[in-house]
Amino acid sequence: MIDFFQSSIFVNLAYIFASILFIFGLKMLSSPETAQRGNLVSASGMLIAILVTLAQNEIIAYEYLLIALFGGLVVGVLASSLVKMTSMPELVALFNGFGGIASLLVGVAEFINPSSSTLIQIIAISFTVLIGGITFSGSLVAFGKLSEIISGKPLILFGQRFVLSALLLVAILLVLELIIYTGLLNISSQTILFILIGVTLILGVLLTAPIGGADMPVVIALLNSYSGLAASSAGFVINNNVLIVAGALVGASGLILTNIMCKAMNRSLSNVLFGGFGAATSSSEGSGQIQGEVKPITAEDAYLILEAANSVLVVPGYGMAVSQAQHVVRELGELLEDNGCEVKYAIHPVAGRMPGHMNVLLAEANVSYDVLAEPDDVNPLMDTVDVCIVIGANDVVNPDARENEGSPIYGMPVIEVDRAKTVFVLKRSMAAGFAGIDNPLFLKENSRMLFGDAKESISTLVSEFKT
Amino acid sequence: MEPQALLVLLLFVLVLSIFLGFELINKVPSTLHTPLMSGANAISGITIVGALLASGGEGTFSSILVGTFAVFFASINVVGGYLVTNRMLKMFKKK
Repeated sequence: MIDFFQSSIFVNLAYIFASILFIFGLKMLSSPETAQRGNLVSASGMLIAILVTLAQNEIIAYEYLLIALFGGLVVGVLASSLVKMTSMPELVALFNGFGGIASLLVGVAEFINPSSSTLIQIIAISFTVLIGGITFSGSLVAFGKLSEIISGKPLILFGQRFVLSALLLVAILLVLELIIYTGLLNISSQTILFILIGVTLILGVLLTAPIGGADMPVVIALLNSYSGLAASSAGFVINNNVLIVAGALVGASGLILTNIMCKAMNRSLSNVLFGGFGAATSSSEGSGQIQGEVKPITAEDAYLILEAANSVLVVPGYGMAVSQAQHVVRELGELLEDNGCEVKYAIHPVAGRMPGHMNVLLAEANVSYDVLAEPDDVNPLMDTVDVCIVIGANDVVNPDARENEGSPIYGMPVIEVDRAKTVFVLKRSMAAGFAGIDNPLFLKENSRMLFGDAKESISTLVSEFKT
Repeated sequence: MEPQALLVLLLFVLVLSIFLGFELINKVPSTLHTPLMSGANAISGITIVGALLASGGEGTFSSILVGTFAVFFASINVVGGYLVTNRMLKMFKKK
């Protein structure tokens, strides 16, 4: 009986079963009603894959792997339960990087194992190391930017593109040398592999460092896709179907998300990756002088307008995450509803620092997900909205995207808040958004600026309502 | 199996899985973008299977050591990824 559980037919059947669970799990993740169960389905697929692997007779020693498994378990449990919801983007980036480095190490372990590798395996190892390395260092840079350990601004090195192309060429040459091994370099193939690892790590940094904070959702989605491709590639190294299937599913889902994010910004992927957006100095050229003046409003006056409003649309942005205003926002929403007002939330796909960032924060504050709307749903009805409350969002509500052909964000689908009867813009100061572009919304006739910390401003509104 | 035949078979699986992935996730509401991403990220930790084989299988000291580190990182990815996704999804409620 034990023989059967260790036979390769049983192991492979179990891997197929695990793949089916991953597929169903992902399918269920795409609807809010079933998502939580879907995640559990996918997790049980993973558990099955791990258990049958451990039961295989190919595994002869358990002490190291059990220590590592236990260590990873402890770190994973602690990190996922201790982190605050607002730090979710950086944690996801970090986990993603760990997936990348794990695939890279699987490739390396297979390479230095004396049992001779076939040509196909060596090609697969090179790919795994290449993608895994870029995923790892790229995710670490993303982690650094998101947690503000390093500056969120785009870092453009002198001759960035040249260095990048040169390194890419070096990486390709090293891969070729690994495959055909001409011996021209007069170093062992192991040394070549280690140089290749170094090159891929630098590549990951160079690819991520130039990308600004506002473009982070695209990068995170893309790195997510890479980590899947690395796992898939590792599947070719060890001839394992479940790695290929699961990795490809992740790769595809990451690419879909990347595409959604790019469309939401009306930019191509190469423009996001290599455009150095936000580093442009003459961004508002061609728009001429922006006419109008900034009209500040006090929280007391804002309360009077809100009190009379029948419909309110809340448009959150990264500023809401920074000031952790989601809970007071929900409280204000409830007070408005009690007052007979219809409250909706309009969320732009790239608002925040990762795909769906705002949705997670509002869900944390107990906002029902069926009042969260996408730009396409709210824009046609914008003329009927009495008050739009823009909380720390900037570029995603910039009317220049529709009106000013000279603007760098012209053509980007935005939430057209300026068409509402009144717009409150909650902002710390008049500083430009992450893209560094002027926003004529602030100067429009129907705009009122509510300066100060978003959380404090909304708390004042809440207390006005309560008195 | 011949290495070439095996490669073709594995490539076949890869191509079909990519198409399946595109079909599966085509219409995800933006509300679920973050959990989908972190849930998918946990799945990419499947590389742990390769890591376990490298760490516990036959090999030199260095290949086993490298494999053991791979197990460590992959298991953080798997455990942390699923737990954090679960924590997020628990919050998504409809009133």
